[in-house]
Amino acid sequence: MTQRAPAWQRYGDSLALLAGLVVLWWLLSRWAGEEALTGPAETLARARELLQSRRFHGHATESLTALGYALLLAALGGLGLGTWLGVRRLAGQVAEPILVALYALPKITLYPVILLIFGLGLPAKVAFGAIHGVIPVTIFTLNAVRTIRPVYLKVARSLRLTPWQAFRTVWLPAALPEIVSGQRVGFALTLLGVLIGEMFASQRGVGFVLINAIGLNDVPTIMAAAFLLAVFAATVSAILLKIDRALHRRTARA
Amino acid sequence: MTRAGWIRIAIVLGAIAALEVVTQAGLVSRHTIIPPTAMAAALWGLIGSGEIMPDITKTLSNVAAAFVLSAGGGFVLGLLIHAAPRLRRALDPLLATYYAVPFFVFYPLLIVIFGMSDLPIIVIGFLFGVVAMIIATLNGLDRVPRVALKVARLSRMDPVSIALLIKFPAATPYLFTGVKLAVAYSFIGVIASEFILSGAGLGFAISYAYNNFDTPRMYALMLFILVSVTAVNMVLHTIEQRMLRRRGLAR
Repeated sequence: MTQRAPAWQRYGDSLALLAGLVVLWWLLSRWAGEEALTGPAETLARARELLQSRRFHGHATESLTALGYALLLAALGGLGLGTWLGVRRLAGQVAEPILVALYALPKITLYPVILLIFGLGLPAKVAFGAIHGVIPVTIFTLNAVRTIRPVYLKVARSLRLTPWQAFRTVWLPAALPEIVSGQRVGFALTLLGVLIGEMFASQRGVGFVLINAIGLNDVPTIMAAAFLLAVFAATVSAILLKIDRALHRRTARA
Repeated sequence: MTRAGWIRIAIVLGAIAALEVVTQAGLVSRHTIIPPTAMAAALWGLIGSGEIMPDITKTLSNVAAAFVLSAGGGFVLGLLIHAAPRLRRALDPLLATYYAVPFFVFYPLLIVIFGMSDLPIIVIGFLFGVVAMIIATLNGLDRVPRVALKVARLSRMDPVSIALLIKFPAATPYLFTGVKLAVAYSFIGVIASEFILSGAGLGFAISYAYNNFDTPRMYALMLFILVSVTAVNMVLHTIEQRMLRRRGLAR
């Protein structure tokens, strides 16, 4: 980026683009017909209905619980594993290609194994979500720790910082921006994993609502649930992106 | 081969051997996991009888179509978006949050639009892969040396030959990252949609075997997917390393 445009222009352009997408959606729904593709207004109305119904609350709570546990496992597990692999150079060299290969695998093929191990229910969803999220978090953390500039570590050593001081004042601030980027990717994939887990062999959760609506060809519910999911995912992701960019900018200035 | 490479092979082989021992000794139920040798034997039988060939062809051709569309489309879209900085700034937050939205949910709508064929699945694979390619293209174009563009302007090249002769080669390493992601995402998108929603293909065959408690068949199909995806990735990795070495950028 050469220079930053004024804020009103940046937000204005993004809003105009969103408005354009909504108009496109409206046109498509006019063209394909209401029963094939629900328009924006009807989708919003159905989404409001869903949000107010007690049944949907149960499903949403179930999904959020699974997502919460899975995120916790993925974030902490990835952070721990990534830090260890980043500090131990040889272990990192051994593990990185394996991790990258695992990242590219369609993990859904392994879902039946997880179902056989954990049984039907919450633990399987949590495990599946966590498996999706933990790999990118590990890869990003590994690279963050590995690429800390050696001069920082030398300064820490020559100032004779205790390990805790070095971690708090040198390692953490230096690696944090990349770690946050990893958590952002991890969040998106964990959500995807939990949803796929709910769509296959499950009786509860937003994924189940979706697959049920797909089976009944209940287009308004599909659109409304997809819309709510997209809004939720985009909001969390946007907040993480904001933190991510702020941290990166701070590091670039320093 | 480096020391890390040997250790890596040892770890992978050790893990397979451990799984074999644990399952053969009966520490894990045969209904949960079968020994790797049994998986390989089942896969050999399936391929030998030829009964999964239609599924294999279908899945692989869908993945190939999704990949070609997303890599090609992503490159062209990336070029266009890069040429319009204001559009790019506006798109930026959308691109960054794109992968948080699960696309499978649009499968029924795609069926309505494209009909009951392979097309909806290819479109899902395309939607998965294209944004990774767009982002990689933008990254690559940002790093085209200024001086190369100035030379192009001085020799009055037209936009198409600038794209083909200057921008494309200069951005290749970054484009290759996008290509690798597009392959991975095409596989994930196609197989996941088959798994959850479709009635044919390898993904469907796995979920069908799972629902019928046909564990050996399920593991055989999983093994096939794991091996073929890993093989594709290794080939891409080798090509990438060779390319980077030629440019003196190898790690």
